[in-house]
Amino acid sequence: MAAPLALVLVVAVTVRAALFRSSLAEFISERVEVVSPLSSWKRVVEGLSLLDLGVSPYSGAVFHETPLIIYLFHFLIDYAELVFMITDALTAIALYFAIQDFNKVVFKKQKLLLELDQYAPDVAELIRTPMEMRYIPLKVALFYLLNPYTILSCVAKSTCAINNTLIAFFILTTIKAAVHTCENEEQGLLDLFLGVCHDVCGKPSGNRLPLLLPSQLLGFHPRSLWLYCWVSPDFKLSCAVKEGLSVPDLTPNIGLFWYFFAEMFEHFSLFFVCVFQINVFFYTIPLAIKLKEHPIFFMFIQIAIIAIFKSYPTVGDVALYMAFFPVWNHLYRFLRNIFVLTCIIIVCSLLFPVLWHLWIYAGSANSNFFYAITLTFNVGQILLISDYFYAFLRREYYLTHGLYLTAKDGTEAMLVLK
Amino acid sequence: MGLLSDPVRRRALARLVLRLNAPLWALPVAWLERTMRSVGLEVYTQSFSRKLPFPDETHERYMVSGTNVYGILRAPRAASTESLVLTVPCGSDSTNSQAVGLLLALAAHFRGQIYWAKDIIFLVTEHDLLGTEAWLEAYHDVNVTGMQSSPLQGRAGAIQAAVALELSSDVVTSLDVAVEGLNGQLPNLDLLNLFQTFCQKGGLLCTLQGKLQPQDWTSLDGPLQGLQTLLLMVLRQASGRPHGSHGLFLRYRVEALTLRGINSFRQYKYDLVAVGKALEGMFRKLNHLLERLHQSFFLYLLPALSRFVSIGLYMPAAGFLLLVLGLKALELWMQLHEAEVGLEEPGGAPGPSVPLPPSQGVGLASLVAPLLISQAMGLALYVLPVLGQHVATQHFPVAEAEAVVLTLLAIYAAGLALPHNTHRVVSTQAPDRGWMALKLVALIYLALQLGCIALTNFSLGFLLATTMVPAAALAKPHGPRTLYAALLVLTSPAATLLGSLFLWRELQEAPLSLAEGWQLFLAALAQGVLEHHTYGALLFPLLSLGLYPCWLLFWNVLFWK
Repeated sequence: MAAPLALVLVVAVTVRAALFRSSLAEFISERVEVVSPLSSWKRVVEGLSLLDLGVSPYSGAVFHETPLIIYLFHFLIDYAELVFMITDALTAIALYFAIQDFNKVVFKKQKLLLELDQYAPDVAELIRTPMEMRYIPLKVALFYLLNPYTILSCVAKSTCAINNTLIAFFILTTIKAAVHTCENEEQGLLDLFLGVCHDVCGKPSGNRLPLLLPSQLLGFHPRSLWLYCWVSPDFKLSCAVKEGLSVPDLTPNIGLFWYFFAEMFEHFSLFFVCVFQINVFFYTIPLAIKLKEHPIFFMFIQIAIIAIFKSYPTVGDVALYMAFFPVWNHLYRFLRNIFVLTCIIIVCSLLFPVLWHLWIYAGSANSNFFYAITLTFNVGQILLISDYFYAFLRREYYLTHGLYLTAKDGTEAMLVLK
Repeated sequence: MGLLSDPVRRRALARLVLRLNAPLWALPVAWLERTMRSVGLEVYTQSFSRKLPFPDETHERYMVSGTNVYGILRAPRAASTESLVLTVPCGSDSTNSQAVGLLLALAAHFRGQIYWAKDIIFLVTEHDLLGTEAWLEAYHDVNVTGMQSSPLQGRAGAIQAAVALELSSDVVTSLDVAVEGLNGQLPNLDLLNLFQTFCQKGGLLCTLQGKLQPQDWTSLDGPLQGLQTLLLMVLRQASGRPHGSHGLFLRYRVEALTLRGINSFRQYKYDLVAVGKALEGMFRKLNHLLERLHQSFFLYLLPALSRFVSIGLYMPAAGFLLLVLGLKALELWMQLHEAEVGLEEPGGAPGPSVPLPPSQGVGLASLVAPLLISQAMGLALYVLPVLGQHVATQHFPVAEAEAVVLTLLAIYAAGLALPHNTHRVVSTQAPDRGWMALKLVALIYLALQLGCIALTNFSLGFLLATTMVPAAALAKPHGPRTLYAALLVLTSPAATLLGSLFLWRELQEAPLSLAEGWQLFLAALAQGVLEHHTYGALLFPLLSLGLYPCWLLFWNVLFWK
């Protein structure tokens, strides 16, 4: 499968290179949907020039990236476009191999459960065959690379692309470790949970590189937590994390925070910041309890929830969880609202620039219009994720209880999500 | 198509002009500078030049260069942070010289007053809108249209409002006001109300869209005339042209109006003193502004000068039209879904190997080909005419402007032949449902585009929706194909443009014959392309890159085998 993957990579790199050379690159790098105060390239350049002048980049309110970005781009600033194209390619390759291994695990587990007779007798059409799963890794790579959101993030040189690469490698190492140490599933799950917490805490920017190496070497131990804190010295970590958690910058973006906090009195802002940020962390525990046997699906839902509820989301975050859709395409028949939700997301993506133009340039709209589209977009995403969650659970139920359900009196039963 | 359409004549004229070493008519820059200086203004000039993408037959120009002259009246006691602009666009002949005279008289009068809190800029531009665009770009230090202009030496702070004046003679019978700007942007309604107030005070007769204000709103005549005025405004706003210098000011968030003095065969004539008084009143009122005009409506339609229709009343109409498309798409989705479930019943067909949900069974791959081909045609329509004009003039006996327009029409008509070629590329497993999936995608695409257009330029969105939505909803391969094909061709963007030209002249009570209409249509196409390149008007790219590919998709659906 190397050839189709290589072809997809070539096409993706061509599209990005063409856009980098065109006049659209500058326009895209200023769009608020694509870059946020935490991931904007302009701020990275600002931080690097502050460093060159001998001033700490964190002394102003401009630079909010982690030290990793400074170290990376201090030497690579001249090849920035190449770096971002390579990170996109690496993310796609990591996802490709991750999903390939995952499919093997899924198929093995399915075979095991079939032999153990855990499935109901009439679920033949729900069983997945290797034939249908053959092209899924390629589709995942395709979905990530040719997603307009990803292309826009790459052309805007948003550091969200680097975040995505780190998350993709994290997923790859998780799956590989789980494959190699099958018997340590519970321990793997614990570390998965911790990794997810790190995901969420590392919102300012994923400083997960230190997490990956010990994870692979040590086979996942909670010790990786202290390594994470060790790499970035205290004050820099607290600066970056404080920025993500306290939301001081209210530049409009596709998230839910900016409008709310622009209208709020200072007195209450701490309370509401806590309430908003709890949303990101809170769903981890119930989801972990419910999805303890399906870690990758749990990861998918968690990444989606982070992309929706984080303080400065961009379309690059949305693109990462959208890349996973081909993995769950066997759930398609159980999805209830996919048409309406796809329409909502496409319409909102197109209306973002229109209403921004009407607000900022034409002056005939105001921030309420833009926030309305933001709200609709996020509601659409939330409904999409809950639809996938419902479909997943429904399929699991059917697998163990049979496809054609009958109630106690023999009539056909309906499955309801409570 | 004009003086410059014959290449031989063009060369002769160019040689003659070169020998004279002078343009045919130029702004008397030195005299203007002297006069403005003697009045007491700070005078500056700005030179600009631009090579148009192809010769402009209507204004007879190709390589344009000129000079703008402007004088700043500094407010005696203010800090020069805000300013007002009175602009007189001078064309390539001396049609607007009366307005220059009025401008200088007003400048002399204003100079003697002490109550000015904002600076006033008196701007005389050459080559009317091109000069205004050059001045505005240099003033705001941007370069959006590729104009080469010298930087401005003197500025006067943020412009709060602007009035453009066009007078054809030294007595006027009525003043016509134009509000529609570039890409359908409108000034704040307060500015129009200001103008109307001062006209009433001075007893001046004012018209909107060239029509008098209806007096009798109780019988049928008043509303009917109001409807005509409204339709005229809709057509003008939909064209997206700047109908006067004010249209270019609106892009920079400067509220602006154009006042035209009309001298018709009416008995009672006003001299320029009356017009000057009205202008003075307007400027004194604008002088009092503490903040930019933002209290009144920005989006409205005008059936008369004293009445308006606000967006809350007219937007639901567009919303319902787009709902039709949405419901049709939903119906197609349900049909596709039922067909898919029906297919799965008998033997459990393998699940769709398609990742993206909206198309299933048919497969995404079979939709990509028509989409790409239609979009490529749209791109060809956008890029080729201007790019290929020189090649066309070498091989055919046409001038460049004609070549551009004829290439446009040729590519547009060539799109009609597409369905017979697309099907060779497309292979579908379920031909009956292939067209449903394509129509679903095309309906959503059309609804999205019309929605975005309706938000920024309501008239254009509504006009296109009323014509394209019924044809799009009805298009299908079964049924009376010739009837549907005729309907689809009649509602295509080009036919809408042609029809609206006829309607516009009909409403202005100067109906066109077919031949005249066709000539006007060709001129309108050339103007549309030119205005996109010179001012950044969006009608041409929207129609060629957005609506034409969408229309082609419906044409493909109609001729689906």
